[in-house]
Amino acid sequence: MSLLELKNVYKIYGELHALDDVSLTVEKGEWVSIMGPSGSGKSTMMNIIGCMDKPTKGEVLLDGVDIAKESKKNLTNIRRDKIGLIFQQFHLVNYLTALENVMLAQYYHSMPDEKEALEALERVGLADRAKHLPSQLSGGEQQRVCVARALINYPEIILADEPTGNLDEKNEEIVVELFHKLHDEGTTLIVVTHDPEVAEVAQRTLVLRDGKLSKEIVNDHFTGKIRFDDQNPF
Amino acid sequence: MKKRRMFIRMITASLMRRRSRMIVALLSITIGATILSGLVSIYYDVPKQMGAQFRNYGANMILTASGDSFKMSDVQSARAVFDEEEIVGIAPFRYENVRINDIPFVAAGTDAEEAKATSPYWAVEGDWFSAQGDVLVGSGVAESFRLKTGDMIEIAYTPEGNDESSEDGEIVLDNYDYFNVVGILETGGSEENYIYMSMDDMQALTQTEERVDVTEMSISASGDELSDYIDEINAKVPAVRASVVKRVTASEATVLTKLQALVLLVTVIVLALTMICVATTMTAVVAERRKEIGLRKAIGASDKSIIQEFMGESMLLGLFGGAIGSVLGYVFAQQVSVNVFSSSISFRPLLVPITMIVSIAVTGISSLVPIRSATDIDPALVLKGE
Ligand SMILES: Nc1ncnc2c1ncn2[C@@H]1O[C@H](COP(=O)(O)OP(=O)(O)OP(=O)(O)O)[C@@H](O)[C@H]1O
Ligand SMILES: [Mg+2]
Repeated sequence: MSLLELKNVYKIYGELHALDDVSLTVEKGEWVSIMGPSGSGKSTMMNIIGCMDKPTKGEVLLDGVDIAKESKKNLTNIRRDKIGLIFQQFHLVNYLTALENVMLAQYYHSMPDEKEALEALERVGLADRAKHLPSQLSGGEQQRVCVARALINYPEIILADEPTGNLDEKNEEIVVELFHKLHDEGTTLIVVTHDPEVAEVAQRTLVLRDGKLSKEIVNDHFTGKIRFDDQNPF
Repeated sequence: MKKRRMFIRMITASLMRRRSRMIVALLSITIGATILSGLVSIYYDVPKQMGAQFRNYGANMILTASGDSFKMSDVQSARAVFDEEEIVGIAPFRYENVRINDIPFVAAGTDAEEAKATSPYWAVEGDWFSAQGDVLVGSGVAESFRLKTGDMIEIAYTPEGNDESSEDGEIVLDNYDYFNVVGILETGGSEENYIYMSMDDMQALTQTEERVDVTEMSISASGDELSDYIDEINAKVPAVRASVVKRVTASEATVLTKLQALVLLVTVIVLALTMICVATTMTAVVAERRKEIGLRKAIGASDKSIIQEFMGESMLLGLFGGAIGSVLGYVFAQQVSVNVFSSSISFRPLLVPITMIVSIAVTGISSLVPIRSATDIDPALVLKGE
């Protein structure tokens, strides 16, 4: 069974089809990039996968459960247990320290564990910044705190919506490096990005256009070749 | 247990690290709590204060002779009717016509301590009489002879029968005595034309038997209680007739209830204003923190935990506000009491926890609606970014 399966998913705002008959599957442990022009429905799709929004029509199977049919309360539980979110604006609670922000995810998930949270910060290379408030951290550091927070509860799937959109090259590299580590550990990653360099390190890149999946690019890491699959109707 | 620690860590961090924001909320709660606890203090102290205040306007009961006159022993019998604690003062007076430099005046014999108690508003420059031969002269008398404290005066008393129209022609000599002026009395009333001395000096001057004309009584009892006492005295001490000094006692009750009603009304209004203020502040706080709430939800916070956290914050504010307010409220009540009633109020320790609990409850209740609206925030919309 696939970890994630979208079957003929629509999201319709009045006349606008933000998502228009989208179907896709993501296997456990896969790293998928999503590209597409602005307004093509990338964030809409991520919000639906992330249990923060519901499709107008269609099925969204996460671990075999159709989240399109779940109540708001269950969606919160599913999100908490299975999903780690990373945003473009490194959203942190501004009056909590880096460590406390990571512990917040633990707090809602199960039990706050300072030691474990500190280890997560260590993984993103911020152990020495644990007591700093977000305002005392650089953008790159803030995003790394978000990564630490996203991975703290061992989610099955990490959703990142333009995680490097506001970062310089050096910090982008650090974050991508972290994704590599997570991927190696078997975490499923879905990363929305405008940056081809970030996209191509994934195993597959899906391109959205006007709410439809328009193409799939399979990135072959071993040969460095990129295989275009324009004809594939998904 | 660890979860609770994180909860407390979170809400204290929110209050401490967002201090400048929270100070506004805290201020409104503190002001509310201050005025509320202050008014409650005053509300409970008003009867006491006002009782004492009215008593300051003098006697609320008076003894006069049912026949010709009565004696100190009758005053003692009347006194025995009351509980000692209820007696503010019982001052006997004996009035006699005297002359100074051939000008007639009224001299009164009384008990300095008792008169002081029944007439606390009497302003004395110098001292009350205490030693033998001391007199307290009214300011009117003092003015006539340009008397100062320390001066000596000669007071003449004409015994009965020494009358120019006396027909039997027998000559009775006037009694003279020298007195030491120890104080000048100002009352704004007719007392300023009197000369006050001790009962003993009066007896020595007149060389007659002791006698009491009027006894002014100041008793801390009101209404029905007072009339019961009056009946009792009239029954037990036939030589006197006790009666109420109506003007004061009648108004006492009505003014008290009106004043208390006013304080109650103001309390309710302040309570309502505080609640509106807290609700408004919390609405602003929730609006300002939409993003944070969205974020918390995105990373897995349930509606329940969002409500708990914000309730926790506002209740903690209520606790601080209540604690500060109960102290400031005491200061406030004390100021009012000193300035308006010229006496201090007692500190009620119980009022501190009560103020804190009420303040927590009030902030909690008024935060309810704004905090509920926080649960409507859609994480997807808030996190979309700009
Ligand atoms: N709540 C909404 N109500 C109405 N229209 C919406 C709403 N949310 C999104 N849309 C529309 O749906 C379309 C897809 O939006 P979405 O945010 O998914 O784009 P995106 O691919 O993430 O773009 P970007 O790269 O700029 O982030 C847009 O045209 C947007 O205007
Ligand atoms: Mg987007």
